Amino acid sequence: MKELLLIAIGSALVNNVVLSQFLGLCPFLGVSKKTETAAGMGVAVIFVITIASACASLIYSFILVPLGIEYLQTIVFILVIAALVQFVEMFLKKNMVGLYQALGVYLPLITTNCAVLGVALTNVQKSYNFVESVVNGIGISVGFTISIILLSGVREKIEHNDIPHAFQGSPIVLITAGLMSIAFFGFSGLI
Amino acid sequence: MNKCTERIYNGIIKENPTFILMLGMCPTLATTTSAINGLGMGLSTTVVLMFSNLLISALRNIIPDRVRIPAFIVVVASLVTIVQLLIQGYVPSLYDALGIYIPLIVVNCIILGRAEAYASKNGPVESFFDGVGMGLGFTCALTIIGMCREFLGAGAFFGNTIIPENYHISILVLAPGAFFVLSALTAIQNKLKLPSATNGDAPASALACGGDCLSCHGCASMTNHAVLAEKKAEAAAAAAAAKKAAAEKALAAKKAAEEAKAAAAAAAGKEGSE
Repeated sequence: MKELLLIAIGSALVNNVVLSQFLGLCPFLGVSKKTETAAGMGVAVIFVITIASACASLIYSFILVPLGIEYLQTIVFILVIAALVQFVEMFLKKNMVGLYQALGVYLPLITTNCAVLGVALTNVQKSYNFVESVVNGIGISVGFTISIILLSGVREKIEHNDIPHAFQGSPIVLITAGLMSIAFFGFSGLI
Repeated sequence: MNKCTERIYNGIIKENPTFILMLGMCPTLATTTSAINGLGMGLSTTVVLMFSNLLISALRNIIPDRVRIPAFIVVVASLVTIVQLLIQGYVPSLYDALGIYIPLIVVNCIILGRAEAYASKNGPVESFFDGVGMGLGFTCALTIIGMCREFLGAGAFFGNTIIPENYHISILVLAPGAFFVLSALTAIQNKLKLPSATNGDAPASALACGGDCLSCHGCASMTNHAVLAEKKAEAAAAAAAAKKAAAEKALAAKKAAEEAKAAAAAAAGKEGSE
């Protein structure tokens, strides 16, 4: 139990997926204009990454390892993730209309998010078992959600500030992200 | 050959994927902690990009339109796996330094972007050289950013220390430094009004999404679909117009033939009466 907690905190705060691993940077910078959409994106990412890391872990240990074809992991994982996102979208549309309306817009955007493939590959690299993989997935996606919501909060305030002309637009957002990254360094003493 | 050199110039200078189109930001930020890492990442991506463009262009008439994205992904993922195994076998130090970012070349938007925007519409040779140009542009950019970060942050040039340790700005080789360097770069581009995706002055890219990765909401492929659908409709309209024109021409020809026949008949009648 203690190990699982360490994995979760480590992946959510200490090795934050966006601010120290640079995975999923496109949605982090692209969908963080408003807190509301950022939160929607964050919840959708938690949903998809958790399911994807569970599926990838099962497929790796029950199909790839027994057949001795671990080297195909990249191809298998990316196809599984793409199919999974499609499947989740269809399932939600049919059976859970409320959830689909809340997450629907964000789901297709997630296939291109490199954090999802990144989690699946990290789980294999660190040879996590099924439970550890799922916990790592939840940790990483919660870390993504925390950072995207924080960034969107800052960006909403920045809108009304007087920024030098050259720094308007993406440069100031990148500086904000850099400062947040420094702040997240503070967590490295946590474990 | 002229076309090929033009593709390489286009990739390195005119539509540089990192500096001008702002594509593939994840590896740009993550692997430029030193010049040699940037160079290694750039070259691996170049190899994948060259051969993925070549293969996809060669297969473009075989792959059905509806399943082209998954098909592209399979081609790219196979090439990435080959490159990964080669690096692991021959350059283990680079493999350790780049780690998870080598398999993640699969989701680098430069590769799928070029496949969708260029290789699926042009011949294999031009697509191959487009891959070479884009890859070299990416490699140059990563090496330059890596050199700057290594020089200022660790006081070294390709691993040879030249600045004493007291004068290092070590934050630049850590994670926040990547954001600051990229921010400074885009701010300079904005200030000097250089062409860049961030200030909207990038040359109209062949990418259907406009290549604006920084404000991309991930729906690029959808935009691409819309553009492709539009193009298809245009082509269909053109084909219909051509068909109509051909039909009209045939009709006119038929009419002319009939008239000629009638004239001939009339002439024959005249002759007969005489």
